[in-house]
Amino acid sequence: MDLIAMATGFLLILIGLFGALTNRNILRMIVAFAVANTGVNLVLVSVGYMTGRTAPILDSAVPVAEATARVIDPVPQALVLTAIVIGVGVTALMLAYAYRLFKTRGTLDISRYTDLKW
Amino acid sequence: MIKRFAVILLLLGIGAIFTGLMVNYVPDKALNVTARYYAEQTAPDLGAANIVTAIIVTYRGLDTLGEVTVLFLTAAIVGLVLARGSSDEAPARRDLPPPGELLLTGTRLLLPLILLFGAYVFTHGHLTPGGGFQGGAIIASGMLLMLLSHPLRRFGHRLIAIVESIAGLAFVGIGVLGIALAGGFLDNRILPLGTFGELFSAGAIPIIYTFVGLKVGAEFSSMLVNLSETEDL
Amino acid sequence: MNLNIGMALLLAIGMIGTAIMATRGKRSLGISILAAGLASLLASVMFLLLGAPDVAMTEAAIGSGLTTFLFFFVLGRVRRGEND
Repeated sequence: MDLIAMATGFLLILIGLFGALTNRNILRMIVAFAVANTGVNLVLVSVGYMTGRTAPILDSAVPVAEATARVIDPVPQALVLTAIVIGVGVTALMLAYAYRLFKTRGTLDISRYTDLKW
Repeated sequence: MIKRFAVILLLLGIGAIFTGLMVNYVPDKALNVTARYYAEQTAPDLGAANIVTAIIVTYRGLDTLGEVTVLFLTAAIVGLVLARGSSDEAPARRDLPPPGELLLTGTRLLLPLILLFGAYVFTHGHLTPGGGFQGGAIIASGMLLMLLSHPLRRFGHRLIAIVESIAGLAFVGIGVLGIALAGGFLDNRILPLGTFGELFSAGAIPIIYTFVGLKVGAEFSSMLVNLSETEDL
Repeated sequence: MNLNIGMALLLAIGMIGTAIMATRGKRSLGISILAAGLASLLASVMFLLLGAPDVAMTEAAIGSGLTTFLFFFVLGRVRRGEND
């Protein structure tokens, strides 16, 4: 199952990168980046998965004494939690800049922005 | 055409790297050293049932402080980028159609429940899945409902700023208290650990996560309010 | 166990389909945004299957909910530039 999730995550990264590189509309590029972001999170969580173990929450089903033998690696999960929150921050920032660009130029087509092109 | 060819070539290369990673991937059979330490020591040392929460709030509390700071910076930059210049004429008051009975009544009915659920999620972060970030997002979604039902109402940026600053100061203050009274910055043992598995347990973790939740909720709300106030091109 | 694997396969197919829908430039931008949100939502179910309920909640609330609304707020403001 972790292999299925990992393959899906890698495919999502590739699809997102393809969309970000081929689309010309800035909003579509940001949507593609969001898809790639989901793929990265999926890969990271699937690395921590171990077959036959449960979530890293201790309760009556997973007593404290058996924790090491029963729970999944919690470190990648904590990492991905951070990554998701930062990801939405990055997306919000990109959207704000896209809106600002649209307001100054009246277009969202990336090929019209040639100021920094050489 | 040549550009698309280059893109496909690049993606094929990256795909080959990913395939190599996957073919050589061997899942761990047992927890590695760090994870085993967390799994063994979380319950006796910190009294938290949710190991992920224990890592985020206590073991890696400094990273969470950095994360919240990044979110704050993002919210501030979104506000800065989207700010109307003061020279702009006053926003044109379009007459929007009224939001409708269903939305208004639904908002009145659901908003307290949503806020209550958000508070529940971030106070129970040490026992169940969830915590400050999820609870903050739920509170921000309540704010979103208010934005949808009263689109022309101006929300108090001041209130959001006050909640955000007080929560941030309290977060750092509790962290410094940890240096003075317990083992280090953001140590949760400044309060008694209590009975394992109860709401008032795990020392300061519920309190820290409550402040994180308020701060994150205020930051997301500020982003949403700023984006929604850019009406009228 | 087999049930889990079947469900994971279904989710994987759904996620890849919605991701392609989100990034292909053929459809309208609103549908792209909704498809990206749907891929994120399916990913949160996948996280639940992978034993990460914390991450699943975060992804559902933040990655799927808030991000989609941020996109729609901006989309509503840039109506004229949508078809560039």
